[in-house]
Amino acid sequence: MSTLVSLLLLAGVLGFAVARPRGLPEAVAAVPAAVIAVVAGLVPWPDAWREIRGLGPTVGFLAAVLLLAHLADRAGVFRWAGALAARSSRGSPTRLLGLVFAIAAVVTAVLSLDATVVLLTPVVFATAARLRIRPKPHVYACSHLANSASILLPVSNLTNLLAMGAGGLSFPQFAGLMAAPWLAVVAVEFAILRWFFAGDLRVRRATEPAELEPAPRYALVVLGVTLAGFVVAGPLGVHPAWVAALGAIALGVRQKGLTPRSVLAAANPWFCLFVFGLGIVVLAAGRSGFGRLIDRLAPHHSGILGLLAMAGLAAVLANLLNNLPATLMLLPLAAHNTGLVLAVLLGANIGPNLTYVGSLATLLWRQILHRRGEPPVTGEFLRLGALTVPACLLVGVAALWLSLRVSGA
Amino acid sequence: MWLADDTWEACVDAAREQGGEITLLYVVDSDTMAALSGRAGLLGRNWPGSPARGGPPAAGDPPEPGGELLAEAAESVLTAAERRLDRQCRRVTRWGRPEREVVAACADADLLVLARDGDRLALGPRSLGHATRFVVDHAPCSVLLVWP
Repeated sequence: MSTLVSLLLLAGVLGFAVARPRGLPEAVAAVPAAVIAVVAGLVPWPDAWREIRGLGPTVGFLAAVLLLAHLADRAGVFRWAGALAARSSRGSPTRLLGLVFAIAAVVTAVLSLDATVVLLTPVVFATAARLRIRPKPHVYACSHLANSASILLPVSNLTNLLAMGAGGLSFPQFAGLMAAPWLAVVAVEFAILRWFFAGDLRVRRATEPAELEPAPRYALVVLGVTLAGFVVAGPLGVHPAWVAALGAIALGVRQKGLTPRSVLAAANPWFCLFVFGLGIVVLAAGRSGFGRLIDRLAPHHSGILGLLAMAGLAAVLANLLNNLPATLMLLPLAAHNTGLVLAVLLGANIGPNLTYVGSLATLLWRQILHRRGEPPVTGEFLRLGALTVPACLLVGVAALWLSLRVSGA
Repeated sequence: MWLADDTWEACVDAAREQGGEITLLYVVDSDTMAALSGRAGLLGRNWPGSPARGGPPAAGDPPEPGGELLAEAAESVLTAAERRLDRQCRRVTRWGRPEREVVAACADADLLVLARDGDRLALGPRSLGHATRFVVDHAPCSVLLVWP
């Protein structure tokens, strides 16, 4: 009975978040569902409180990094990156694709996947259209890398932040172990997209060299310092949320026309509230029979097959539910082993490319754009996902296994 | 005449020599639209009022940045092509899968002008992409295929 209720609550919360009736914020369903879960005794109050306390810094970081990306956008960082890519491409669609890959991989890693989906993708589209290059491969590159390149740093994806807490990893350790999988996955994505869209990448354009606007130096320096801050913050016992907040303040003080209202809107408080609600609802589902089923399915050893099974399970759950609840559900089962924690992340971060159901970015995208009509998932989309996701998972897990062996973790 | 982002100039030049009434067609690709809008709905379900099904976003809907970007790009290509053609012509923008939309748009046409997807420098790879091949196969009228 409690299994049924907790799964119904979870389904209701996720369904509401995707459908967004009348454009209401996701939290409108998630918060009452969390209250029901606690009142009905599915989650004891102390456990719920511990969950909220545990999620607090992570959600604070989410808000700060959203704000940081928004201010970087206002400072012209993405526009400048687009113009740089346009000039360096010299009219070659393939070269432009390579540049877009580099930019999207870095933006995703440093400013989180949401910056790539929401802020970088439109710039990339406009850049390709201006060069009169077919924009499709480049736009796909952004939307794919927003997921699959979000495995490098703890700050790249909310799932990683949740895992860093659970796995007891420091920032440099995390980045060190994930560097090889990140490079391998990005390389595989590039090879597959280049082959898949070969027909769209054939025509070179003669371009007149466009003049490049001056680089937004101050903003780039602040972003660089913030990144360095993430690395040193851990050993100093400072949560990265503070570093991101300081970075956002440093960017914000130099900008005109910022109002408290626009700052608050960029930090997306409704969405943050949603994450708290979701955390408690997932906790209820994890304590139920469904959670025990997942527990039985989850591997407990971090050999290469165990890693692969865990990544696969996470990918399936991410597509069934959404990558955030999938991560919340699997992390407690993997927390005893660093390798398994990172395998969960590979699955939960790369997996959403398969169906495009899941991942935080969907929810955030809708939240920001307030849209009602969504284009359908097209066959091409699914074919590309079916090609890239298994390949990326295999290569990513193999690279992770090697990293773990080399580092002796 | 079907105008793609990258090869439309050659089509315009070929069409100028043909005479008759000229229609410039640009198709906004629903796949690009899907990729541009991040994820696109739960397990492939279509959402009511989906812009990819019928036409551009319905009037009264809040304009979505993705749709605006695509519409702007379409306008920019059509305007540039009209200027290059320098003749009276009709402009049509359709939203959907390019190959299907082009074939449907040719229902009343006598001749379709379209460009290959490659160049003559490399003989190896095919010069007709998937969409172009479909159009050449299924167009209900004569087809003039030009090199870009």
